[in-house]
Amino acid sequence: MQKSLHINPDKCTGCLQCEMACSYENYGVFNPAKSRIKVFDFHEAGRKVPYTCTQCSEAWCLHACPVEAIKVDAATGAKMVLDDVCVGCKVCTIACPFGTVNYVQDTGKVQKCDLCGGDPACATACPTGAITYVDADWTGLERMKQWAGKLDNQASA
Amino acid sequence: MAWAGKILRVNLTAGTCKSEPLNTKWARDYIGQRGLATKYFVEEVDAKVDPLSPDNKIIWATGPLTGTMASTGGRYSVITKGALTGAIACSNSGGYWGAELKMAGWDMIIFEGKSKKPVYLAIEDDKAELHDAAFIWGKSVWETEPAIKAKHQEPQMRVSSIGRAGETGCLYAAVVNDLHRAAGRSGVGTVMGSKNLKAIAVRGTKGVGNIRDFKAFMQATVAAKKVLHDNAVTGQGLPAMGTQVLMNVINTMGALPTRNHRDVEFEGAKDISAEAMAEPRKTDGKANLVTNTACFGCTIACGRISKIDEKHFTVVNRPQYFGASGGLEYEAAWALGAANGVNDLDALTYANFICNEQGMDPISFGATVGAVMELYGMGVLSKEQLGIDAKFGSAEALTHFVEITVKGEGFGKEIAQGSKRLTAKYGHPDLSMSVKGQEFPAYDSRGIQGMGLAYATSNRGACHLRGYTVASEVLGIPVKTDPLVTEGKADLVKAFQDATAVFDSAGVCVFTTFAWTLADLQPQLAAACSSEYTMEELGKIGERVWNMEREFNNRAGFTDKDDSLPKRLMTEAAKTGPAKGLVSGLDKMLPEYYKVRGWDKEGRPTKETKARLGL
Repeated sequence: MQKSLHINPDKCTGCLQCEMACSYENYGVFNPAKSRIKVFDFHEAGRKVPYTCTQCSEAWCLHACPVEAIKVDAATGAKMVLDDVCVGCKVCTIACPFGTVNYVQDTGKVQKCDLCGGDPACATACPTGAITYVDADWTGLERMKQWAGKLDNQASA
Repeated sequence: MAWAGKILRVNLTAGTCKSEPLNTKWARDYIGQRGLATKYFVEEVDAKVDPLSPDNKIIWATGPLTGTMASTGGRYSVITKGALTGAIACSNSGGYWGAELKMAGWDMIIFEGKSKKPVYLAIEDDKAELHDAAFIWGKSVWETEPAIKAKHQEPQMRVSSIGRAGETGCLYAAVVNDLHRAAGRSGVGTVMGSKNLKAIAVRGTKGVGNIRDFKAFMQATVAAKKVLHDNAVTGQGLPAMGTQVLMNVINTMGALPTRNHRDVEFEGAKDISAEAMAEPRKTDGKANLVTNTACFGCTIACGRISKIDEKHFTVVNRPQYFGASGGLEYEAAWALGAANGVNDLDALTYANFICNEQGMDPISFGATVGAVMELYGMGVLSKEQLGIDAKFGSAEALTHFVEITVKGEGFGKEIAQGSKRLTAKYGHPDLSMSVKGQEFPAYDSRGIQGMGLAYATSNRGACHLRGYTVASEVLGIPVKTDPLVTEGKADLVKAFQDATAVFDSAGVCVFTTFAWTLADLQPQLAAACSSEYTMEELGKIGERVWNMEREFNNRAGFTDKDDSLPKRLMTEAAKTGPAKGLVSGLDKMLPEYYKVRGWDKEGRPTKETKARLGL
């Protein structure tokens, strides 16, 4: 069974623990500038929104790569960048409609979320449950439950 | 370790930026941020310096835990000689700026001299340059931040800046970062403005990596986060209600200073409380509070994001104030509200927005308006002078005053001088509710006796963040003490002051201490920095920092006479509530405090005390 990162912006406070956890997992330093997940602040609306790769089934980045440096992790479904194959041409960064694969100057390669091999550090670090790692087929479960809860407030005969 | 190991020295007179290695001996002995920057400051600056002269210096400093995964590890402080007080000033801020500076590879920035024309400093990792600030001088913080980001085509920059208040010489101007987080008190923004320094913009991409023992550090931070999560105050109270959770609590205790401390209970407290912020308004059906928010790395998230009713008289037809922004914290809600008898929540929120927008301390501002309203009621100040009918309770007067004070216009120029200078000018110095020239925050020292001693002896003037005995006297943290008695308060105040100095030097937020003791911070600091940071050593460092600050103030000319409270609190008893009939017992507590501090009768650290602390 595969899992998906599930993001609920209503619970995000903008603490950036996820960004630090991501950079620590991948680079061994606390450095939001190297994070693969990014929290956006829509200040005037009072909203903070974490955003990262959704692991598209037919991934634009994977299909665009001329050297086949992006592969599917069979266990997690994550689209992973193979660092020793990537030539840093950045075609994938142009192909991705969501902007979630990006170039890294220090390495000369691109990077994107790889679900940490099935134990995403961002979800573990999130203190509010805004980022969770759930059954890939049931990311809508919580929302369904909320709506279901609105239906049962009338006593049945 | 955990320090970046590098400081930036900017000479504004010469226009130079130079990198120098961090003094690692001092870093070990004073940790960082408040302690370490103050050490640099007192070594380099003559205590008698005029705060607004080019010879004063001003330092932006992070702590070793700033920019790490330690909860709340995003703090920075601004250290200088305060414009409002003439005492050592150290104002602490959250948001994201402090972590960004650390990520760029700097522990602190020391500014010297004075620029001939307005400038701002831009830092991109190792690169630091002064730039002409002509295009942002005269602009608000809310205009300055996006303007700098646009100019550098770098939306991820973080900016720490002053607004109009800091430019026009308001003595309690604040330094503001990330639109609404402030190094608020003592006029650190005034000193910044006096140097023609408008802003510091930072983009850091290096990160923080030199943790001494990563594995131990991650274990310690995870354990400490659990303590915050499981605690009723930091896990539930603060995220849900913010510091405003205190409004009704303190009012019920008869310790909510009202109408310039004439009363100790405010009949309008419930209208300006956390509960009121969450209630849908009658006018538009929406609540003042939009959401809570966190600073960098913070797992508490006490910050308030608020929205004003678009039809409210303060913002009608002014869409620039329709958006959500930094809402009322307890101290601001008290100073803008109870201190003036104003119970219009949206008016207070508007005044708070303006304080953030233009960089001004809402505590000193609100408390000074309280003194103005009292003088107006006495007939000492007239409607003609003030430009408005300024009776206690007038939201119109409050919001009029905030607008003219941030700009330094009309009578606002006098309000901008603070209550000490203003009341002295009009012949009633006793009506300034301040210590060492700095206005009180939101706790009455007749109803919470320990706070009277904490205020009187605070090294930066009246302040709740130097020794928050409210935690013990009201909330029972770490143990409950009776707020109405003076016994035992000298020891309590000293313990809070010393421990707080360690938290302020580490890079974490003092609000963690609702749940954490030094024993929770110690493993994090030890794993990040040095195994030498034992409990005993940290306790000693806290005391060292406190005595170092005290010595600076003594050299600046402060004496035991300045460890005092206004006559009102010493002679006019609380009229109502649990503290009815009580005045402050400062005269009983102070001699005992000097004794437990190891100071002589004039409040000077003895030779033995200094030797013991390595001063």
